[in-house]
Amino acid sequence: MSGSPLVRMVALARPRGARFALGVLAGAAATASGAGLLSLAAWLIATAATHPSVTALSVAVVLTRALGVTRGVTRYVERLVTHDAALRTLSDVRVRVYERLARTEPVRRFRSPDLVTRLVSDTDATQDLLVRGLTPPLAAVVAGAGAVILATALLVPGGLLLAAGLVVGGLVVPVVAAALSRASGARQAAARAELSTALVDALHGAADLAAYGATGRAVARVEAADAALTAAARRDAGLLGLGAGASALVAGLTLWATLLIGVAAVQDGTLGTVPLAVLVLTALASFEIVAPLPAAAARLGAVRASGERLFDVLDTPPAVRDPGGAGVLAPGACRVRDLLVRYAPGEPWVLDGLDLDIGPGEKVAVVGPSGSGKSTLAAVLFRFLDPDSGSVEIGGTALTDVPADSAREVVSGVPQHPHLFTSTVAANLRLARPDASDDDLWDVLRRVRLADDVAAMPGGLGADVGEHGERLSGGMRQRLALARALLTDASLLVLDEPTTHLDPDTRDAVLGDLLDATGDRAVLLVTHDLDRLDRMDAIHVVVDGRVVQHGTHAALLARDGWYRRAHRLAPAAG
Amino acid sequence: MKPLDPRLLRAARAVRTHVAVTAACGVALTGLILTQAWLVAHVIGGATDGQGLDQLGPLVAAVAGVAIGRAVLAYGAEAAALRSAARAKSQLRRRIVAHVTDRPGRGSATAGEVATLTTRGLDALDDYLARYLPQLVLAALVPIAVLVVVASADWISAVVIAVTLPLIPLFMALVGMHTQARTRKQWTLLQRLGGHFLDVVEGLPTLALFRRAKAEAALVRRVTDDHRDATMGTLKIAFLSAFVLELLATLAVALVAVEVGFRLLYGHMDLTTALLVLILAPEAYLPLREVGARFHASMEGIAAAESAFAILEAPRAAVPGTAPTTRRGTVDLQIDDVTYTHAGRDTPVLDGLSLAVAPGRSVLLTGASGAGKSTLLSLLLRFAEPQAGTIRADGVRLRELDADAWRARVAWVPQHPHLFDGTVADNIALGAPDAGSEEIAAAVAAAGLTDVVAALPDGLDTRVGERGARLSAGQRQRVALARAFLRDPDLVLLDEPTAHLDPDNAALVRAATARLLLGRTGIIAAHDTGWGEITDSTVVLAGGRVSPPTGGNGTPPALVSGIHGHSHECHSQGVVS
Repeated sequence: MSGSPLVRMVALARPRGARFALGVLAGAAATASGAGLLSLAAWLIATAATHPSVTALSVAVVLTRALGVTRGVTRYVERLVTHDAALRTLSDVRVRVYERLARTEPVRRFRSPDLVTRLVSDTDATQDLLVRGLTPPLAAVVAGAGAVILATALLVPGGLLLAAGLVVGGLVVPVVAAALSRASGARQAAARAELSTALVDALHGAADLAAYGATGRAVARVEAADAALTAAARRDAGLLGLGAGASALVAGLTLWATLLIGVAAVQDGTLGTVPLAVLVLTALASFEIVAPLPAAAARLGAVRASGERLFDVLDTPPAVRDPGGAGVLAPGACRVRDLLVRYAPGEPWVLDGLDLDIGPGEKVAVVGPSGSGKSTLAAVLFRFLDPDSGSVEIGGTALTDVPADSAREVVSGVPQHPHLFTSTVAANLRLARPDASDDDLWDVLRRVRLADDVAAMPGGLGADVGEHGERLSGGMRQRLALARALLTDASLLVLDEPTTHLDPDTRDAVLGDLLDATGDRAVLLVTHDLDRLDRMDAIHVVVDGRVVQHGTHAALLARDGWYRRAHRLAPAAG
Repeated sequence: MKPLDPRLLRAARAVRTHVAVTAACGVALTGLILTQAWLVAHVIGGATDGQGLDQLGPLVAAVAGVAIGRAVLAYGAEAAALRSAARAKSQLRRRIVAHVTDRPGRGSATAGEVATLTTRGLDALDDYLARYLPQLVLAALVPIAVLVVVASADWISAVVIAVTLPLIPLFMALVGMHTQARTRKQWTLLQRLGGHFLDVVEGLPTLALFRRAKAEAALVRRVTDDHRDATMGTLKIAFLSAFVLELLATLAVALVAVEVGFRLLYGHMDLTTALLVLILAPEAYLPLREVGARFHASMEGIAAAESAFAILEAPRAAVPGTAPTTRRGTVDLQIDDVTYTHAGRDTPVLDGLSLAVAPGRSVLLTGASGAGKSTLLSLLLRFAEPQAGTIRADGVRLRELDADAWRARVAWVPQHPHLFDGTVADNIALGAPDAGSEEIAAAVAAAGLTDVVAALPDGLDTRVGERGARLSAGQRQRVALARAFLRDPDLVLLDEPTAHLDPDNAALVRAATARLLLGRTGIIAAHDTGWGEITDSTVVLAGGRVSPPTGGNGTPPALVSGIHGHSHECHSQGVVS
């Protein structure tokens, strides 16, 4: 069903239905006050022209002055009430999206920061739909119905005419205009994509282009793409102007036809002169009711696209089966047998029969070329992902037989892109152990050799780390993530590329401190750096989703194979 | 903030035409609005006086004519505005691209911002030019025209309108200032609360890992609710602006209606005039309300224009030098006492650096992050000019040479080479678009890319996708090396060629790099001292200059640089000079 994302988004607001109804009524009252003021004033003036007594006008005078005030007041109420209701709904939706995301696997979606950012703005689109996409049309329906009833009461054909005019001006024209605008957007999409690619090449590649004397060609390509897009936009300008023209035409012709039948009705005696003035000015003022609708219709297209993506997330089944119950894992040796994982049916196996053992307290490294499946292994151990087949056992119990959170009591660590929250150092650390005392925090910071740096920050433990930890250096961020992992009681720490994006000096220091600080816990270090692996108890080389070599650093160097070859070739080893 | 930036008028011819067309449409539209009111008042007045369609027919028909006229004007004005907007965007876009590509070597973040600005950012000008500016013109014309007509019909009504009209912008400005002050005060709070959800969603894997995911759901609700409270507090004031506008506009119409009604009652006015005043009174306020409703469109348009001008007004880096220079297979580099400070920094990144590289020799430039390795390479590429000191190539000062002619002798392999959305062959032939297929094949072989190219569906004609997304980082690095081979340069500059590559790819890049350096002058900037095995010497940068030999003999840095960076590693002494 094509409209279903919008309907489902509106359904999300059902718990706030009463507030929205109030908002719609206030909006309708505001719009109706504007049109009603002119209708009433027309009656007042037309009646005054017949020179009645002042008392005959007194009610109309009071009402006119009252309407002069109600529009501003009701509009204010409408905006406050609908914004409040929309923000309340947003709170509900965010919690739903969050809870659903927390239950689905966070591996794929979180690979791209763009996807996450878009998801968040898609969630916020609910608010846009309710405030700008839903309330104005509903308020227009109520106010428009009022205007039509008044006109029909005065003269039936006049009412029908106004109804037809409002439907065409408030529904047909906005919907057609929005469709034309979408079609134009689709036609220009290819030209836009080409322009964007050409721009990325010319701007991001500016240095490469200059160095190779190719700037002129890249700029020429941007200009060609720009010319194509501009030509398309200029061609479509004619179509896009149709909405504004049609709106003006419908309003003007409705006024004309109302005058025509109104004067005719006065002529044949079916309409008085006072009702004529009211009818005509009502027709004149009513189009203000539908004026905001083209903008609302245009917005709905974008909101619907957001809704589709949003429900795509809400409808995704959890990727980690919850076995239920309250099973717990006993710390012990980790046995991985014949592990098979892929991201979708039909795709190649990322892990293709992987076997691995980590004894209690053992320090084990998994190395291999990029894309060999190392991080997928970490995701399985973190319970972000269920294996398609094979088993992971800890202390004799299968990891998948206990609830994910029970498994994470025993297995924790540092995921590939550890997130630092926009908060204090202490709050980021206490995620791992909410009841940790300040002394505990200082202790763990000392173990990762971050205590002096934190002490030097204004506020110490209370220092703000900034968005994504931007106030810390790359090395400090990794150390803080490691400190957080150390605060858990997990007996197996999985560290997924804890030293990427660090320069070599920092990298060596962090790795050294990390192995010292983990003490007697078991460690699985996933890395593509071959430095300093001499301290590991065992090294597993993973290529194409399976272990092709394993042994100690010395043993692997002594044997021919990937490890020795890669080690000898890596410049750092020279 | 001005409603119409004069720089916009100057920058884009299309905007000047647009403003003229918009003003003309505005005048015509004002005329039609007045005509329609006059016609409607006279038809109702006439019918009340007992005239029938036979007498009023022409007036009624004229209403249809006005309707068509307004529709044509509305259509024409919007279509013309969108055309102008398309052209203005194009003019600004081209100027920005020309301006920015002129000064390479800036951060990728800036490039991203400029790319966004020149595509989606400038689209804000559509609404600004096509919907905001025309309303602004009407807001200036219609109230005055209405006031003049109403004054000629009924001066008391004119006074009511004349008093209330100026109050609207006044009160709106007052409310706006108050809102701004309050928002500014709460800005940090609003930012933090508003960003919380994104922060939590981004950090979900981390929260899950620490078994905090479920507990955090309650926090999401609490923070969103706090955000709502803070936002509503601001909105209560912000909405006052619209409240004042609607209240004054409607109240004025109500006052005019009542006043006109009483004058009519006592016979001081006729019905047609009263109707004319009543119909025109709301028209005086309508354009003001429309401008208010399009306020956001205007802000976005103005912001986009301001970002565009901020870029266009940044000074263009002067690239001096016109002397020709020709290839001779190698180059003699002499760097003397060079100092360079990045814009906006206090401490120089290069501080009296001296280094000489003899023809055909290669140097490994190493040192901690930020020691100035990449800066030195960008000076050699003429992406920037040193603030003091000289760089000489074959005895000629670099700044005297024509930049393009000099760069034609240089091949540069950056840490993250940019691959263009074209074929593999296009990317390799970046510096030599006329290269033949044998030359490209030779470069492919030299860069160790033969197997990679063979595995691609269309070989050298395979498109690599945006930023070379189809290839791995190591493959991209080797495409950049093939670029360098094809250029057959006199000077090779490499910047961290294997950082962040896995060992297999690093080895392939290293082997190709060694081939590329054979017989040419070369500088490799890298952390890894392992590169010293394939260069003739190693030089350590520290404190913006060449540092004394490691484990050295106490030779002061000045003296070391004085002898052109004859650095540590026993073999360097004889080779470099």
